[in-house]
Amino acid sequence: MTAPDLTSGDLWTIAVAVCCSVACGTIGCFLVLRRLSLLGDAISHAVLPGIAVAFMLTGSREPWAMLGGALAIGLLTAGLATGVRRLGRLPEDAALGVVFTSLFALGVLLITWVAPSIDLDPGCVLYGLLEFVPLDMVTLIGADAADSARIAPGQFAATPTLEVPRALLWQAGLMLGNLTLITVIFKELRIASFDAALATTMGLSAAVVHGLMLTSVAATTVISFEAVGSILVVAMLVAPGATAQLLTDRLGRMVMLSGVLGASAAIIGYLLAVWLDASASGMISVVAGSQFAVAAVAAPRYGVVGKLIRNARLSQRIAREDVLGLLYRVHESGDSRPASLPHAQVLRAVAPGFRSRLACWQLRAAGLIQGMSGDELSLTPKGVEQAAQVIRAHRLWETFLSRNLPLPLDHLHEPSERLEHFLTPEIQAKIAAEVGDRSDPHGKQIPSP
Amino acid sequence: MDTFLTDLARLLSLQDANTRTVLLGTGTLGLAAGVVGCFATLRRRALLGDAIAHAALPGICLAFLVVGSRSFPAFMLGALILGAFSAGVIAMVRAYTRVKEDAAIGIVIGSFFGLGVVLSSMIQKRPGGAVAGLDGFIFGKAASMTSADAIATSLVAGACLLVVAALYKEFKALCFDREFAASQGWPAVALDLIIMALVCACTVAGLPAVGVVMVVALLIIPGAAARCWTDRLGVMLLLAGLFGLGAAVIGAALSATLPAPPGSLSRGWPTGPLIVLSAAAAFLFSAVFAPRRGLIARLLAHRTEIVAP
Repeated sequence: MTAPDLTSGDLWTIAVAVCCSVACGTIGCFLVLRRLSLLGDAISHAVLPGIAVAFMLTGSREPWAMLGGALAIGLLTAGLATGVRRLGRLPEDAALGVVFTSLFALGVLLITWVAPSIDLDPGCVLYGLLEFVPLDMVTLIGADAADSARIAPGQFAATPTLEVPRALLWQAGLMLGNLTLITVIFKELRIASFDAALATTMGLSAAVVHGLMLTSVAATTVISFEAVGSILVVAMLVAPGATAQLLTDRLGRMVMLSGVLGASAAIIGYLLAVWLDASASGMISVVAGSQFAVAAVAAPRYGVVGKLIRNARLSQRIAREDVLGLLYRVHESGDSRPASLPHAQVLRAVAPGFRSRLACWQLRAAGLIQGMSGDELSLTPKGVEQAAQVIRAHRLWETFLSRNLPLPLDHLHEPSERLEHFLTPEIQAKIAAEVGDRSDPHGKQIPSP
Repeated sequence: MDTFLTDLARLLSLQDANTRTVLLGTGTLGLAAGVVGCFATLRRRALLGDAIAHAALPGICLAFLVVGSRSFPAFMLGALILGAFSAGVIAMVRAYTRVKEDAAIGIVIGSFFGLGVVLSSMIQKRPGGAVAGLDGFIFGKAASMTSADAIATSLVAGACLLVVAALYKEFKALCFDREFAASQGWPAVALDLIIMALVCACTVAGLPAVGVVMVVALLIIPGAAARCWTDRLGVMLLLAGLFGLGAAVIGAALSATLPAPPGSLSRGWPTGPLIVLSAAAAFLFSAVFAPRRGLIARLLAHRTEIVAP
């Protein structure tokens, strides 16, 4: 199977999908951060009756009427959810569920009622009509817009006129609108997203910022649904933002990253859909979901694998330091050199199993201990130096604890055994300055730094 | 209108075998979903059913691709597997990443349903794909239920109700005082998983009647309506079951008897929206008229308080 050649119609469609994905992805970050992700889902389902009512009132598919009706219902959804929550004393998510399923049901019935006179069925609201984007062109530059023969895709390229799909005008306008809004009120959005109370004390009205954001989400949902379908809107409002959240801690970067992820999902998804001859908006949603899955597994800082690796490395360092500490105590007590301990005894004392074996192996490779496995282990001169630092941290903390807390002597070892791995040289220096670093509460000498 | 009344009379007298089938299937399902949904809402998992339902669509498509024909048990099995998988994905995202549950649900809804749309668009283009009847699963089409389907649905519903009856005490403790449940030595995590499994079973069993997009309403709305009338869990479950049963029966009956919209190609009215709107009407009525917790009762109580201090 080879990839079919892309026509200019495909390119226009990709442009529409990219604009929509960027528009959704950027504003969606704030939904994700404020834990309102499902509001996009709810609004995109709830706009259905708005569209149907607008059609019944105006009797046409006039875009402005539909947009007005849908936007009104979209904003109403947020209000209704609050109303239902208070009325029925329900949790927030349940109230949202009551509202959007009921509105969607109403919309399906209304559309079934008016459907014979209008080529709109509930299905196309869900999946959108991305494939039909190039069939509805408007002329930007040039005269012959009335010539209906040139709506066939691919024909317009040779003429000097510039025709673009009607959907592209809407989506590009939407994208620019969202980006402008985010740029202009970025500071306000940031404060309101992370600390609504602070925003209010600073004289910003969190409610106004929230309202602007909701309006933008509603407009995004409503403008996008006809071209790309509500399912893609739901995916694009949430998935790129959540993916970006796994990749960065800075809001500005998160918004930009989310836009880029959305755009790339649109391009890759569309190409895959053409290749497999499948629904484009469905495929773009799948790609956006896959991006999230990859990030959740492999993101450097917040991915599952990264976390596992960091945890394993930390446990390994702790095991190594425990071996060093153990051997140092033997080294310290023994008069005859070299003071050593059987390998098996070291393994038993530190941690059972693979981790302590690996620790001994690593220490031997680094030249800090000597002796074969199954044999006696002892510290090398270099190992003594390193081990002294672990013991210093341990005994400094014991001293600090006994000076500041009324703990019996036999209660000092346990906490210090844990904290010795996390005391940086700076903290050690501060503790030493505070309590001195001659000897610990048990009378043992504290090694010098 | 005459035909409508005749249809209604036939329906109410249960003469028609097909009507009996549909009412049996949707009614038992509404009952079970209403009861199970109460626990889902109380455990703050109301919208999990939405994610499970959307994830069921690719499951149904995959089942069709594997089996190669329209087979109700295979569809349900596929839906159940992917539904449970999606619930697992959401739980894992919540446990192992910094992404919150609402975003996890949104991502699952979007991408799994997207996958379903992709698969169904590919199936429609295959020879014989049009007979798959996948569209019926999106908006619900109870009329196409066979008697075997209805019996299977009511068996699932009955099993769910039995589990609730058997574990009622444990579920109650889990919903209102998790620590107490744990201190009794009951496995809180396992109980939570059982609730999830019940939600999953009810959602999937409800797909043929109500459809992917709206089935979550069967779980949430009857419980929400019942909550207005009582503060006691037992009464709430009973009422929610009755509301669910009533909404399902009324919706299915309307769908079967209402004259098709003028000019439509004999499509009739989809069952799902009618069931959901029946449930929504019950909620609205309850929220306004219920004694003590209803809107009117609360307004009156407020006024009395102000007038007579």
